[in-house]
Amino acid sequence: MTVTDAPRIVTRRLRRPRSWTLSSYLEDGGYDGLRKALSMSPSEVHDAVNVANLLGRGGAGFEAGRKWGMLAKTTPVYLAINGDESEPATFKDHMLIESDPHQLIEGSLICAYAVGADQVFLYTRGEFALGLERLQSALNEAYAYGAVGRGILGSDWSIDVVVHPGAGAYICGEETALLESLEGKRGYPRIKPPFFPAAVGLYGAPTIVNNVETVSNLPWVVLNGGEAFAALGEGRSKGTKIMALSGHVRRPGNYELEFAKATFRDLIFDPSLGAGIPGDRDLKAFIPGGVSSPWLGPDHLDTELANEKIAEVGTMAGSGAVTVMDDTTCPVRAAWRIVRFFHRESCGQCTPCREGSGWVEKIMHRIETGNGRPEDLDLLLDVCDNISPGVTWPPAQTTICVLGPSIPPAPAAAVRMFRDDFMEHIGEGRCPFPPDRLPRGVVRV
Amino acid sequence: MARLNPDNEQRARDLIALYPHPRSALIPVLHLLQAQDGYLTPEGMQHVGELVGLEAAEVRGTASFYDMFHTEPVGRYLISVCTNIACMLQGAYELLEHAQTHLGIAPGGTTADGTFTLEDAECLALCGNAPCVTVNWRFFGDMDRARFDSLLSRLAAGDLDGEVPPHGTLCRVRRTVGVPAAGASVGSAGGPDPEWHRRDGTGTGVPAEAARPGAPADGVTDGVELETVASTPAVAALDGPDSGAIR
Repeated sequence: MTVTDAPRIVTRRLRRPRSWTLSSYLEDGGYDGLRKALSMSPSEVHDAVNVANLLGRGGAGFEAGRKWGMLAKTTPVYLAINGDESEPATFKDHMLIESDPHQLIEGSLICAYAVGADQVFLYTRGEFALGLERLQSALNEAYAYGAVGRGILGSDWSIDVVVHPGAGAYICGEETALLESLEGKRGYPRIKPPFFPAAVGLYGAPTIVNNVETVSNLPWVVLNGGEAFAALGEGRSKGTKIMALSGHVRRPGNYELEFAKATFRDLIFDPSLGAGIPGDRDLKAFIPGGVSSPWLGPDHLDTELANEKIAEVGTMAGSGAVTVMDDTTCPVRAAWRIVRFFHRESCGQCTPCREGSGWVEKIMHRIETGNGRPEDLDLLLDVCDNISPGVTWPPAQTTICVLGPSIPPAPAAAVRMFRDDFMEHIGEGRCPFPPDRLPRGVVRV
Repeated sequence: MARLNPDNEQRARDLIALYPHPRSALIPVLHLLQAQDGYLTPEGMQHVGELVGLEAAEVRGTASFYDMFHTEPVGRYLISVCTNIACMLQGAYELLEHAQTHLGIAPGGTTADGTFTLEDAECLALCGNAPCVTVNWRFFGDMDRARFDSLLSRLAAGDLDGEVPPHGTLCRVRRTVGVPAAGASVGSAGGPDPEWHRRDGTGTGVPAEAARPGAPADGVTDGVELETVASTPAVAALDGPDSGAIR
């Protein structure tokens, strides 16, 4: 199976010089999607997105059209775009915000038109300073062009868009935490039910929260039709997906691939994609969908890149972030670093997550530093079991949001796949792997 | 300096006017305060509270949740070294150790001359250019020891002032359009929605100045050049001189 030459939907403009400017965007049909959407009724736009079966690109993979359909029919209605990309090893939205902000604005406007929103908030991760500058600049241009504001593109539809910076908190990528943050509060996820902000969202009003990559697809979907989008990919996974490839590969980067037409092997080893592991070392394991997902090993390289195919092998496509680890990688250290992240980012509301993340981190750290005890593996899994009973996939929920259940998958996968490595750490009283080193001269293809 | 200066106070009022409820502007206004003073002073947070209708303690309560806000002074350059998984696999801890030795400070510390503060950061989303660091949230990827040393000396010499603004400056581009007149469109907390965006069609539409032409074109705003020269744009992860990786 080879990589198809399907159209690049959301990344095709990124190579253009000054791709973030209005003039560059207009040269390539910018705002034509919005123009076409305004010639349709909102429900026709919604229908096109339903036909496209556009899945949310933020990690949960929920159908965007279905989410819109849950919107309570009261006013006002808000649209919040989730650009708080912080899942480790995910860097697609950062790129889309910085390099094609007009596409994001146009997609947001199409979404706002379809759901009948009264105001749009582009919640952007605070650390994306250049992205915020380009996005605000693009918004200024879009106003002047007449694509945002009053009487958009000559129609009688008006809406305001606000660029809202975050301030550094992973949890604000969780949609209810994002709304709390947008209300000027600490980013504490809300208790469910109500399960969807579409019923009770920002200021208690119905709110749609969509990911940056999700809405960036909308101009193309409207222009080319839902059927054209649904013709790409297969099963539930339609269209294309940006795969963010990082770790031990020769060519890390963001690759937009048609769903279900390539495998992890293609992504990691194809010369036009990841181009293999530096030094032709062996693959030890890879993280298939962001650090919340259980790891996979070489046996699963031929899994197709499609949400349900990846789910079949006991993990998830998540945010599309694939991190490759070669045979010199210490699985204890890698899993410890992931757990340390969750420990630092736990908002602290729920005991299993707040306390559990710290204990798992401490146990893994002492194993990695050679102070592990033989009973530590059982203890580790026991604490994981307290955070998410059964340590199953998909994980059981004991906390308000899914950050808690995201803690066990990495250490549990590491223990399951590399128990011998853990025992060697404990038995020898030291880490048997070489330290992670800066590349000696960047490997080039 | 402790409270927002008149210009920033006006900018804060403009920001507050963008939201249906004043409190929503808290984080953007705190960024403004931090841009002014480099960190959040108690007097500044008091002032921000007055503007958005909160007690100073509530302002601090929100601010303390977020990693980007500092309530103590930090160095002129905040160096954040990402050590999360993608960067760690590319030697981020070796880089952090080198940074500590080079600067003579531990993560969280500031050099005696107040020039550099070092941070051990979580994933900064430039994983295609791992390991990466940010300086005042401007990205520098594909780091090694030599590049890191060169970055620090260029910063200290002021060579990168165009791309790396003073610490605390988040967004140098101002919103130039669509700002409703302060206080005219937004009630107090819990008040009605802005008159101009009512969905039932009775609203007055976006204020007149929103439609005024003349927003800066070509990506240059307020004299800020949005082209990067020294720092690493996120797109470089797939379009470097030798990768060409968008597929």
